[in-house]
Amino acid sequence: MNLHFILPKSPKDQEVIVMAGKPVLYYYNARGKMESIRWLLAAAGEEFEEKFMKTREDLEKLRNDGVLMFQQAPMVEIDGMKLVQSRAILNYIANKHHLYGKDIKERALIDMYAEGVADLNEMIIIYPFGPPEGKDASLAQIKDKAKTRYFPAFEKVLKSHGQDYLVGNRLSKVDILLVELLYNVEEIDPTIITSFPLLQALKTRISSLPTVKKFLQPGSQRKPPVSEESVAEGKRIFF
Amino acid sequence: MAGKPKLHYFNGRGRMESIRWLLAAAGVEFEEKFIETREDWDRIRKDGSLMYQQVPMVEIDGMKLVQTRAIINYIANKHNLYGKDMKERALIDMYVEGVADLNEMTIVFPVHPPGVKETKLSEIKDKAKNRYFPAFEKVLKSHGQDYLVGNKLSKADILLVELLYNVEELDPSAIASFPQLQALKTRISNLPTVKKFLQPGSQRKPPTDEKTIEEAKKMFM
Repeated sequence: MNLHFILPKSPKDQEVIVMAGKPVLYYYNARGKMESIRWLLAAAGEEFEEKFMKTREDLEKLRNDGVLMFQQAPMVEIDGMKLVQSRAILNYIANKHHLYGKDIKERALIDMYAEGVADLNEMIIIYPFGPPEGKDASLAQIKDKAKTRYFPAFEKVLKSHGQDYLVGNRLSKVDILLVELLYNVEEIDPTIITSFPLLQALKTRISSLPTVKKFLQPGSQRKPPVSEESVAEGKRIFF
Repeated sequence: MAGKPKLHYFNGRGRMESIRWLLAAAGVEFEEKFIETREDWDRIRKDGSLMYQQVPMVEIDGMKLVQTRAIINYIANKHNLYGKDMKERALIDMYVEGVADLNEMTIVFPVHPPGVKETKLSEIKDKAKNRYFPAFEKVLKSHGQDYLVGNKLSKADILLVELLYNVEELDPSAIASFPQLQALKTRISNLPTVKKFLQPGSQRKPPTDEKTIEEAKKMFM
């Protein structure tokens, strides 16, 4: 075997080789705050393992082991680190896989857009956990904000440059996270996206990327929409 | 990238204060345009400067940036306050997100009605003492360095020290059992730029009082 073909050629290759082993995701078997991380890893083509918490005891054990910096999940073991806090995890994955633009101004736009996505996505994540009497109002607010605040803002960005991706004519974390959001909103109300042709086109384009296509197929690590059982399980473990 | 950044917000701490701290610590002079009347608020929302019709908004280097984290990250990137590689960035982000979670409670605290305030104050004290401060004390103890990450000043140090001041205003003995945090607070406070920001007459805003909240509620709700 000719070793010249498998030895790293550049410092960059070296960095990649040093970071061996699949990331391990610690959460419960539901979407929650881990789902965006699953989307991003999958889209980036990075295989990952999952260790599911099933009971409060499972969470307490992780806390007692000292692996959760703020006693909270999600936690992802990746490249020798035990990272908590969704944004820290997402940003690390984006940096590692070149999904964060080419300079600090592109990073700023990507962050600005991703934070808007996160604000609406947060509403969708938490509304099933609220009191039953508040659910209709929460749902109405989600639809209203999607329709009048967030979707128009992103449609406007795409319209302004006519490119295939939100920032810098190149795939970044925000294209993936926005498309995740579009799927989430569609599950709540399929009609909202119909007035946003550029968002529809982005959704189609990103969904057709081989890694994303695979993630969207049955049998992937993508989690199903929240159910009463998973809400109950989440409450038992975390609340 | 010429011209001073311009901060658009109300004349109070709120979600803009962390940005003021970071700019000041980085030695960046900035201007402020305060939203003071209903007309100001309506105008800025109508003129298309606010991507999501929300503030904070910062005009900086030709951009109109909204979303606190996007603004903070840009300033950190620009002024080398974000570590030297992506693993350091990950640690910095992890720490800053923890800071932000507790700081959020102090930001929202003045808005609660009096009956709710007591409960919220207990929550803040409890989380500070049992969750967040021990976590950061542990980090500093683990490496014994002067800064949280990579032996170099980053946004994490500045924002954590802002948080320590905020919690102390609500609970003066909050960091009494955390010697590393006390030392960090002293060290960061002594940096010339931060020292200046902590002096009267700077652009640092005072604690939000009930009168200000009442006026804001009348104007904007």
